[in-house]
Amino acid sequence: MQLQTHFALFDEGSKKEIRRAILKGVAIPGYQVPFASREMPIARGWGTGGLQITLSIIGKQDVLKVIDQGSDESVNAVNIKKLVNKTTGVKTTIETSEATIIQSRHRIPEVPLTEEQIMVLQVPIPEPLRWVEPSEFKTKKLHAENDYSGAWLMLFEQIMKYGKTATDADHPVLVHDRYVMAPSPIPRFDNSKIHQSEALILFGAGREKKIYAIPPYTNVVSLAFEDYPFEVETFDGKQCRLCSATNVFLDELVNQETGSTEYQCNDTSYCLSMLNEDGITAEVEVAHAR
Amino acid sequence: MHDKPILQVRNLKKQYGPGCADCADPANRIIEKNHCPKCQTVYACRNISFDLHEGEILGIVGESGSGKSTLMKCLYFDEAVTDGKAFIRSYQGGQTNIFEESSQQHRFIRNYILGMVYQNPILGLKMDFSSVGNIAEKLIAAGDRRVKRMEERSKELLEHVHIPIARMKDEPKKFSGGMQQRVQIAKALSNNPPILFLDEVTTGLDLSVQASVLDLIKRIQRELGISMLVVSHDLAVIRMLANRTIVMLNGEIIEQGLTDQILEDPQHAYTQQLVYSLI
Repeated sequence: MQLQTHFALFDEGSKKEIRRAILKGVAIPGYQVPFASREMPIARGWGTGGLQITLSIIGKQDVLKVIDQGSDESVNAVNIKKLVNKTTGVKTTIETSEATIIQSRHRIPEVPLTEEQIMVLQVPIPEPLRWVEPSEFKTKKLHAENDYSGAWLMLFEQIMKYGKTATDADHPVLVHDRYVMAPSPIPRFDNSKIHQSEALILFGAGREKKIYAIPPYTNVVSLAFEDYPFEVETFDGKQCRLCSATNVFLDELVNQETGSTEYQCNDTSYCLSMLNEDGITAEVEVAHAR
Repeated sequence: MHDKPILQVRNLKKQYGPGCADCADPANRIIEKNHCPKCQTVYACRNISFDLHEGEILGIVGESGSGKSTLMKCLYFDEAVTDGKAFIRSYQGGQTNIFEESSQQHRFIRNYILGMVYQNPILGLKMDFSSVGNIAEKLIAAGDRRVKRMEERSKELLEHVHIPIARMKDEPKKFSGGMQQRVQIAKALSNNPPILFLDEVTTGLDLSVQASVLDLIKRIQRELGISMLVVSHDLAVIRMLANRTIVMLNGEIIEQGLTDQILEDPQHAYTQQLVYSLI
């Protein structure tokens, strides 16, 4: 097919502006850089921030992987992959180790990332203080004055109400001893993967018009009180029903017929590669997809 | 009395507006009350100077619009001063003009040295957060990172201001005006600030609640020896609380002295009118 658009959809001016915002974000780890979020062929709130970053950094030799909550095959992931492929012609993959750019919604893959890779995360609400302070004018000031009592207060309130911190996802982190940052709604399980990550991690919030970044090998600490240490989701004694993997983030599924609870890898490509390694054939329920 | 004052304020000025040829020069200024009829600049505080001593309650009295609250907001850095100096004894040995410090330092002073109780509890409290959380916020801001310790301290303070234990995790929005005000006082006291600002704390409360809040303030001063600056337009409140009183009119101090002296023997015509109108 003859391409009717620019390479990677954007005109060069747009790419340049977004790359500048990314560079500034890399220079100030955890700081939210405002940028002119473009109108995209998908709706805001469906990954436009991540898509804009991907489109402005992608080159012809790149290999792209897109995941949505750990799945390579969800409608959103497939559509984004198709869009980028059609406007750039780059190769797409589901293999984490093969990809050079990984755009993701709410998960960081189980396979450890390398220096050759860039992780792009889609962000709905980039402001960790938004829950306590609705005004952007004021939160900007709080960041400038290094006052994060609001983020701590949120955790304190959860402990008062539930006896523990109740952030399922998007648990705030302190980046490079300076900025408190929303890591996007990844599970707490993935927070440790950002700390001293070998790969560059970029965050794009299209609706909120913000870009921020964690450069490789940056200290990232999850906020926690001294007497209530940070805890990740545990899957003790549980394993994937398909590939028997442990120490990965598992989805809880309820078998509609038997009513029993089963667990399965959230990262589908990881699960698949585990199955291939062991030469196992697994039967997966697809009836509901028809 | 020979000790250095805990807070010194010198020539504090606050104006809203740029000023014009008629009003810019303080020596021969042509203004009506506190604003310039030509350029509409408001001179809210003009050359305010005073000392606050350790363990003392200093009253500031004056009619609405006399600049009392503006003065308070300037001292708590809610508003930037136009000009002037202030020194706090426990901050860098009282050698640094606090108004010239960075906003990060202002935050430090607010979190460690000052406490503020606003007339309107909405300004001082987060209405949707638990009362315990509201108090912990100030402790967190002052660097505390132990939940248990902060919870204990909050409970102790709420008990001190007579909030029932059963309601400690309730949000202030569910409280009556008097209770909200008492939570605010507990919050302001949480990190033992040497200086406490009280802005019209009893205005809008009914008489019996007023009495209990005033009682509480008196008791706190006696027990903890905190220096307080109390702003009120109510002379009865000033009479009960303040050792010394400053009378403000149109942004200026027109009279100051011992509270008894001012109430019994007012010198300025405005103070006389104010005292005699006291029912």
